[in-house]
Amino acid sequence: MIDQEQMYERYKRLLAEYMEGKNEETLYNGQLFSRHMIECGVSPEDVLSVHIEIMREFFPNMDERLESSFDFLLEAMIGYGLAYREHQNLRFKQRQLETEIDIAANVQQSLLVSAVPEIDSLDIGVISKPAKKMSGDYYHFVRDEQNFLSIAIADVIGKGIPAAMCMSMIKYAMDSEPEQRTKPSAVLENLNRVVEQNVDPSMFITMFYGLYNEKEHRLYYASAGHEPGFFYSSQKDRFEELTAKGRVLGLDRSTKYREYEKLIMPGDMIVLLSDGVTECRTKKGFIERGEVVDLIRKRMDRSAQEIVDSVYKELERLQEFQLRDDFTLIILKRRV
Amino acid sequence: MMMKNAPSRVEIHNEWDIVRARQSGRDYAKELGFGNVDQARIATAISELARNIYLYAKPGVITIEVIDDQGKKGLAITAKDDGPGINDLRQAMEDGYTTSGGLGAGLPGVKRLMDEFDILSEAGKGTKITARKYLR
Ligand SMILES: Nc1ncnc2c1ncn2[C@@H]1O[C@H](COP(=O)(O)OP(=O)(O)OP(=O)(O)O)[C@@H](O)[C@H]1O
Ligand SMILES: [Mg+2]
Repeated sequence: MIDQEQMYERYKRLLAEYMEGKNEETLYNGQLFSRHMIECGVSPEDVLSVHIEIMREFFPNMDERLESSFDFLLEAMIGYGLAYREHQNLRFKQRQLETEIDIAANVQQSLLVSAVPEIDSLDIGVISKPAKKMSGDYYHFVRDEQNFLSIAIADVIGKGIPAAMCMSMIKYAMDSEPEQRTKPSAVLENLNRVVEQNVDPSMFITMFYGLYNEKEHRLYYASAGHEPGFFYSSQKDRFEELTAKGRVLGLDRSTKYREYEKLIMPGDMIVLLSDGVTECRTKKGFIERGEVVDLIRKRMDRSAQEIVDSVYKELERLQEFQLRDDFTLIILKRRV
Repeated sequence: MMMKNAPSRVEIHNEWDIVRARQSGRDYAKELGFGNVDQARIATAISELARNIYLYAKPGVITIEVIDDQGKKGLAITAKDDGPGINDLRQAMEDGYTTSGGLGAGLPGVKRLMDEFDILSEAGKGTKITARKYLR
């Protein structure tokens, strides 16, 4: 708190000085003083009241109408003072909220980050970036003793905190999947039931689930309405769509998912993504899926992690560093 | 002027009554020795309370009285009505919450303008708000 007496005296000195000389330096000092008052929490009506008192002191014979005009102004400023206080309080609350969200985002990050397994035959690269503080994208890798690698990538339609909360539930459901290996179609069917039962009907989740057999180099996969990935055949030197059909999770509890299978040859690549990758909006409009492929192709000789990092950087730049949707890109490359 | 020891009681039916309540509060405040700013603050607080009665719970009563709490002199304003009551007090006391859409001071404003603030409300029965301000 600022001392009332002191404030009065200082304001009076500055005001008198200004009325004498009208010089800029006094105005500057007045500005500094007002900053000090703001810092001390003095509200506008208090400043005005001091001003009025000093005017009465300076001009004891002030026109009565002029004097009452000050009272009128004072009355009007009470409302501004309240709006100012409210604003300060809301600002404080916003800072608190942001801190809370930061903590929640950290919790979520530690929940969702899945270690990328080290595998002799596969080179794996992953990047996952939230558009806001919290992500609605999810991915995970699990490798079992029989050298099967399961890969999941999911996307909650929507962004921000609601999507992130939903994602945490998916993570929990995935963790409670039985220990032994399950067919991708069965995993999706089970998750579909969990989502249908537990998630608000306005929320949809898409997911791609794959199981890679490291001995036979076969990928078994199924998709619940997820953005199709790409398959690169080194033999044909061509990128193809990794199409898989299936309904979004949570629509209908009896949904069945079809399972697909692909033989992966040395040098082949599997690209999985969330729609934040393909729905990048640049100045020229949405980028085409083909452009994503071009970006990957240009960097194909690098390691999987280098490819995803560099594609992300390029797309981030194209969007002028503003992600509109959560971004997840995974590349699995069979080593030659 | 005679010292106002007796409380003033203003019934709120229409907007004109809001003005009367304000006026009465200002007179009491002036006589007790509140400065200009505090007079304006008290008048604004009364205005908000009376306006809420007028908008949501009329008729009601605004009572203004001088208090003396062990030498601590001040003014107490009570707004009482038998209206619908306020369902969610926490929400009503939140900054930025308003149904009138205006950037009014509202209940949080009244709390800020005064030194003490207390609110009792029961759905279907009514609301009683007491606010006090002391001479410094
Ligand atoms: N005496 C009352 N009886 C019943 N409901 C009330 C009463 N006073 C306030 N309320 C309820 O509490 C809400 C908050 O009141 P408050 O005065 O803070 O804001 P407001 O009247 O909506 O807007 P304004 O900012 O213009 O005053 C009101 O919208 C109203 O629903
Ligand atoms: Mg109101």
